[in-house]
Amino acid sequence: MTPIFEETLPGGAMWSMNIARHRLIKITALDAGANLAALIYNERHPLDRINVPDTLKALHTAKLTRGHVLMSDMGHALVSIVDDNLGWHDPLGGLLTAEHVREKFGEHSYQDFRNDRFRNARDNFLVELGKHGLGESDFAANINFFSRVVVSDDGSMAFDAAHCPEGASVTLRTEMAILLALSNTPHPLSPAGEYPRRRIKIEIAPTTPVAEDDFCRNFRPECTRALALTDRLHL
Amino acid sequence: MSVLNYVESPLRPEDAVYRQVIPAGDGWLHRVARGRTLRILDLEGNQAADTLFYNADDLAERYSAQDTIREQGGIYLTTGTQLMSNRVRPMLTITADTCGRHDTLGGACAAESNMVRYALDKRFMHACRDTFLLQIAQSGLPLTKRDLTHNINFFMNVPVTPEGGLKFDDGVSEPGKYVEMRAEMDVICLLSNCPQLNNPCNAYNPTPVEVLIW
Repeated sequence: MTPIFEETLPGGAMWSMNIARHRLIKITALDAGANLAALIYNERHPLDRINVPDTLKALHTAKLTRGHVLMSDMGHALVSIVDDNLGWHDPLGGLLTAEHVREKFGEHSYQDFRNDRFRNARDNFLVELGKHGLGESDFAANINFFSRVVVSDDGSMAFDAAHCPEGASVTLRTEMAILLALSNTPHPLSPAGEYPRRRIKIEIAPTTPVAEDDFCRNFRPECTRALALTDRLHL
Repeated sequence: MSVLNYVESPLRPEDAVYRQVIPAGDGWLHRVARGRTLRILDLEGNQAADTLFYNADDLAERYSAQDTIREQGGIYLTTGTQLMSNRVRPMLTITADTCGRHDTLGGACAAESNMVRYALDKRFMHACRDTFLLQIAQSGLPLTKRDLTHNINFFMNVPVTPEGGLKFDDGVSEPGKYVEMRAEMDVICLLSNCPQLNNPCNAYNPTPVEVLIW
């Protein structure tokens, strides 16, 4: 892929961008142990937004990886995961809050630490989505790229701290024009200790419309139908 | 398979201050004051009750499935579970449960998700999110689609495997099973008695549930 855009998010960063249909978004963990919280909206109509339960039940999965089409609550395909060298991204753990940061990592304010302050995903999204006129009520259940939470047979959840190596990458293909909001902050189940700061690179490149024999389109019939419904937005 | 956690309630139906039967496919929106106990009773068995909660004094604070499961460290809801808000505060606490396990990962059915999951011509079947939309539109409260999120499916069984698979198992509920929860703040309860006919969540036969408040 030949990027038309490239940016590296420092640890703690928030980020958003309006991204056209049929773009590849390659997200790379430049450091081991990364976590990237993500929310995805239909750019034209943000009430059409990522719906984790609809995505999971359509795909019969509790993890996200290559082939999966991430769906909105309106049955639309927002993005497809076209490449993934890690194999598991977390849709269960939710957002890190200011309270979590205080409990796990201690106070680290701007007053004392300037831009090395400890930031959290919830406040990052309140700010970053606020720039697009979206607020707390526009939040949906989020995805945490690069993280893995394992659920045992008894239902208990365990965070896998050794999951993400340096160089892990996942590539999304936009299936419509989206607003992508990201927070490069620790997973809320990340163990207490030093506040993790991991760099994440974002690259964007154009791609072609989805082929009939596309891996994601044919991953499950539910993916085919979500992409067909998305085509209806572009008649 | 985990052990199901059965806890019976000492509360007697004849002492309830409020009782309402919700027919299959209908909805219910009701304020439950702090300190009150809400029971949802599966009258005929294997009936999913799709449920959302809002802080009655600030509707932007609402039930959050991700915050609830993460804070308790487990995906199943049962006695002892605190139902957490998007601000990570307890909204209600489950105090009794004769079903033993409830789902909060599967979400609510919708015309649109039925089209994705089953077939494009399923668009015209009744679905929970249509019930939610009608209930909030008729409530007079400033709630819109924006406020509809990731709900609880009382009486549903959606196991996750250690390999990351998601299964829709047969229900673990039976006629007369119930779940009870104490409100830790004044809440608005929004419930859809699920009309889904395309999968076994209602045993292909949606039936009434009853709500009781003490």
